[in-house]
Amino acid sequence: MARSFDDQRNEPPPGMVEERGRSIWLTHLLMIVGVAVIFFPIWMALVASTVTQQDIVQPPMRLLPGSHAVENYTKALFSGVNVPVGQMMFNSLVMAVGIAVGKIVISLLSAFAIVYFRFPGRTTFFWMIFITLMLPVEVRIVPTYEVVANFGMLNSYSGLIFPLIASATATFLFRQFFLTVPDELTEAARVDGARPMRFFFDILLPMSRTNIAALFVILFIYGWNQYLWPLLITTDPELNTIVMGLKQMLPSGGDDLVEWPVIMATSILAMVPPVIVVVSMQKLFIRGLVDSEK
Amino acid sequence: MEKRVTFGGWKLPLLLIFPQVLISAVFFFYPAGQAIWQSLFIPDPFGLSAQFVGLGNFEFLLSDPYYRATFATTAIFSTLVTLVSLIPALFLAVLADRLIKGAGAYRTMLIWPYAVAPAVAGVLWLFMFNPRVGVVAWYLGQLGYDWNHVLNAGEAMGLVVVASAWGRISYNFLFFFAALQAVPKSLIEAAAIDGARFWKRFFTIVLPLLSPTTFFLLVVNVVYSFFETFGVIHTITSGGPQQATTILVYKVYSDGFVGQDLGSSAAQSVILLIAVGLLTVIQFKVVEKRVHY
Repeated sequence: MARSFDDQRNEPPPGMVEERGRSIWLTHLLMIVGVAVIFFPIWMALVASTVTQQDIVQPPMRLLPGSHAVENYTKALFSGVNVPVGQMMFNSLVMAVGIAVGKIVISLLSAFAIVYFRFPGRTTFFWMIFITLMLPVEVRIVPTYEVVANFGMLNSYSGLIFPLIASATATFLFRQFFLTVPDELTEAARVDGARPMRFFFDILLPMSRTNIAALFVILFIYGWNQYLWPLLITTDPELNTIVMGLKQMLPSGGDDLVEWPVIMATSILAMVPPVIVVVSMQKLFIRGLVDSEK
Repeated sequence: MEKRVTFGGWKLPLLLIFPQVLISAVFFFYPAGQAIWQSLFIPDPFGLSAQFVGLGNFEFLLSDPYYRATFATTAIFSTLVTLVSLIPALFLAVLADRLIKGAGAYRTMLIWPYAVAPAVAGVLWLFMFNPRVGVVAWYLGQLGYDWNHVLNAGEAMGLVVVASAWGRISYNFLFFFAALQAVPKSLIEAAAIDGARFWKRFFTIVLPLLSPTTFFLLVVNVVYSFFETFGVIHTITSGGPQQATTILVYKVYSDGFVGQDLGSSAAQSVILLIAVGLLTVIQFKVVEKRVHY
């Protein structure tokens, strides 16, 4: 008897903390309204990419999709305005993957060196890398542009990729992770006579798989969404990335000349790859976000 | 924290760290040094020689009313972006936390805007508020409000703030939601038994427990509004009308690349760097005292 009395006391009265009844429907309703408001700009772009120019220049703009999706997307992908959007998407893909892979590779190597070795200059190098966390590319654009120009890397994939690899976030993430790897594994590897690189490839790398994947998601989006840097160094439309190319499609002044359906189709195409990556790898993405920011 | 067990040798680790050090030196330290060096000179119009002016560029900038106006604009812009991205995110996270079922589905949908590049977000919002064809501008017109952010400075600021904050709502939501899920249920239940209603519990228990997350998001969002909003401003207003939306980063770009005033642009980079450093330190000191860990 006493026991069942206790059990009842441990349970708070229903409805005090968890939502029940009418209140939960109100919460759902507010949530749906919130999601709808947040989603509205994307929805409007989607609608605009499926109607004709005529539908758009005669307000009010309709709120439901039209039937011209195929022609608008075909036009965007294969002819575009300055350069076919398909080409720009390929450039963005090269840039995003290049930055993600480049950062991960150099960061894995340098974090391995910093954590698993004692060598002259280790602390200096560590702080050197740490400082790069502080200064985003936006602050040093003019001199960085000059460096890239001097190397003849304007209008090239290497010019798009290399300057953005110089950042320390990934190195810190791997350093934190390596520090949690049990020392016993290193000892066992040494007793077995494994060379450092053997240990790196056979033990450390497989253990870092999840971290690498999470970081890849974050860095892919970072690379895909770059704007200022590609704007500066790609004057050749053939090398435009989609995010900066989208702005180039908007002429300055004269709204009637703007091909809104094609531009809005391009904006949808510009967000599809990062959205797919984020939504399909949601768990990894959230983990990568929380890890890389803390 | 250090490893107890390490490998011997010094050649291999130097080789391993070399790529990162090389990239940092070439694309980070050299350009950063150049920015500081160039900020002390005024190049002649042909770029053939440069005259050493010491802190002349800085003196000129700090007495320039346009540059001072940029500071004020940046302060207003980043305060608004931070507020507009934090408050709705917290509200949505509190709602999602109240739900036992369905929270995951809402989260999936709310993540979307994070993946949208600031420049693309700029185009989406520009389209909705375009004075000629924009759907929101049209309905505002029906209500008797004549929207034109191309001419009206206040409307231009409002539009770049909302477009910049939009994607960050997703980001902040994820962090708030994770923090809310980590609040111990026993604390909430104890308060509920003591008779505290939802809002009372929220302000006296939940909000104080969220303060580390809030503090972290505050810093991250201010830094975001300083740097990563360039794409939004460039696509929507190009800093106009009459510089009303020219923030510090935008002016570094427009003076350096459009105006070709390299000395001034470099000096602005240095000021921006100092501002960001100070901001982080001040914010940390001020907020630290009130943060409940």
